[in-house]
Amino acid sequence: MVPVHQLALKSLWNRRFTASLTLLSIALSVALLLGVERIRVESRNSFANTISGTDLIVGARSGSVQLLLYSVFRIGNATNNVSWQSYQELRKHLDVKWAVPIALGDSHRGFRVMGTTVDYFEHYRYARHKPLEFAAGKPFSELYEAVLGADVAEKLGYQTGSKIVIAHGAGEVSLFKHDNKPFTVTGILRKTGTPLDRTVHVSLRAIEAVHVDWQGGSKMPGLSISAQKAATMDLTPKSITAALFGLQSRVSTFRVQHYINNYPAEPLLAILPGVALQELWDMMGIAEKALLAVSVFVVLVGLIGMITVILTSLNERRREMAILRSVGARPMHILFLISGEAVMLILLGILIGIGLLYGFLFIAQPLIENRFGLFIGIDWPSLYELSLLGILLLVGTVVSIIPGLRAYQYSLADGMTIRI
Amino acid sequence: MSRVIEIKQLLFRWQCEAQPVLNIDSLVIEAGQRVFIKGPSGSGKSTLLSLLGGVLIPERGEINLLEQRINTLPAGKRDHFRANHIGFIFQMFNLIPYLSVLENVLLPLQFSPPRRARVLHSGTAEDEARRLLSHLDLHEEHVHQSVTALSVGQQQRVAAARALIGRPEIIIADEPTSSLDADRRNAFIELLIRECDTAGNTLLFVSHDSSLERFFDQRIDLREINRAVDNRTEAA
Repeated sequence: MVPVHQLALKSLWNRRFTASLTLLSIALSVALLLGVERIRVESRNSFANTISGTDLIVGARSGSVQLLLYSVFRIGNATNNVSWQSYQELRKHLDVKWAVPIALGDSHRGFRVMGTTVDYFEHYRYARHKPLEFAAGKPFSELYEAVLGADVAEKLGYQTGSKIVIAHGAGEVSLFKHDNKPFTVTGILRKTGTPLDRTVHVSLRAIEAVHVDWQGGSKMPGLSISAQKAATMDLTPKSITAALFGLQSRVSTFRVQHYINNYPAEPLLAILPGVALQELWDMMGIAEKALLAVSVFVVLVGLIGMITVILTSLNERRREMAILRSVGARPMHILFLISGEAVMLILLGILIGIGLLYGFLFIAQPLIENRFGLFIGIDWPSLYELSLLGILLLVGTVVSIIPGLRAYQYSLADGMTIRI
Repeated sequence: MSRVIEIKQLLFRWQCEAQPVLNIDSLVIEAGQRVFIKGPSGSGKSTLLSLLGGVLIPERGEINLLEQRINTLPAGKRDHFRANHIGFIFQMFNLIPYLSVLENVLLPLQFSPPRRARVLHSGTAEDEARRLLSHLDLHEEHVHQSVTALSVGQQQRVAAARALIGRPEIIIADEPTSSLDADRRNAFIELLIRECDTAGNTLLFVSHDSSLERFFDQRIDLREINRAVDNRTEAA
């Protein structure tokens, strides 16, 4: 075969301005496709890594997704509680290594307040088994102390030492505030990209303390117990919302789960966070697919744009094709010349697109991690990404035949001279 | 002497038209001849050249080039035949604008291994291109220039060098001088004939301008041999 690719390259170089615009549109669409795919995969990972290192989440019997939503994502409310007594018995199970209770129900200016123990900061893991870190301060140790998630501190402008008042209920605007028992911020957590960032952490006893003069969800009229007095009372909770369990060995997970699910004293539910997260993600999978579909369409638009540009240029290039025919080119050469040009544009577009993506990642990676808590790894393209690009190249090559065929027809009709 | 071009009982018409465009009983051109074909527009000149180039095929009749019947060859073989044995020079805009002078001259060698082999037999392709260009009064300073920077006369000489490279047996020039002024026209024809004499190509020079006849050994008036023209004139 005659090396028409050199001709195609020189011809492209001759039209470098329009060609580079076409190239840019393809490169950008490729970068977008890969970028969306990266974000999709990484946000799925980050979602799946919202909680890690916890083997079981235990709550009152309801749906597994519901339990996951309120215990980990602070979305919705528990239908029922777990009694303190059951929790104490469960944590004594031989296979249980550690257990952290959580109590939800209060809020601070739209952010959920969670009662727990200091063990929470030690055992909670996110992403790839990353432990929680303090950006400032330390865990709470006194009764009326709180640890803030990164977003809470940033949005509301709190620092360690700030005083906050928590409110009853989870709404943005609360009618009932526990304003006689203010808390001092002792620590602020580093950003995690998980719902932790939007949580105010206090001790389980503190939750109990702010509710000593409450009963059944409302304040008891005429009864007001001061902060100091409450501190002297017995603040052992009667119930908790849920609990996180770490086990001695993963092998025993299903045994313990079975034991909890069939706990005779109380209807309880134990879930494996990974499984429930997957279930939840599958429910949201539509959005993920829509995102990918949009970027696929952007790539298609890029391809169509390129074909349009080449098709419109063909008429001006009929003379060029006629000259080539007169020096011995076959119509097939003309087809390869024009289609080859399109394939070259796509190939170059893909390479530049990859370059753009990595360039962008190098610059934006720390920003994205800081701002959104989403860590996007700068790795080699995954097999899936490569196959996406492979499909793109294949589709592009097939589409490139369109202007090639058109040029073929022109050159058959025109021969060596153009009758215009 | 061998017959380089031999046409017998040729009839050609465009599919959509009832009237034939070409109807030639016989046309014979022998090797090494310098032939002037006089053909004003409408005489079927372009069609004849396309038939000789193998881009079109006749409805009936024979076209033999170098004693090979080309009109029965498949399209691909006809393209090969053209690449290997014919050099064309057209009226104007003969050159690929994005290639340099040298690249334009070397272009046919990409499509014709025999012509490439012939050139490489006596040196490098570039040397041969430079030699032809200098014979046609285009010197070193032009070789790497963009063809768009050349004058029309220079462009036509580059086209001549391109037709001549690799010594194809037949050179067909279709009104190559119509965009040149009289002095340059004569100079161009003299250069072209001199080169064909040296290389031994058969030259077919097609023009409407009978003042150029004097440069050639053999003169053919297309209107006289093409009976289709008479028919049309009578019909009109």
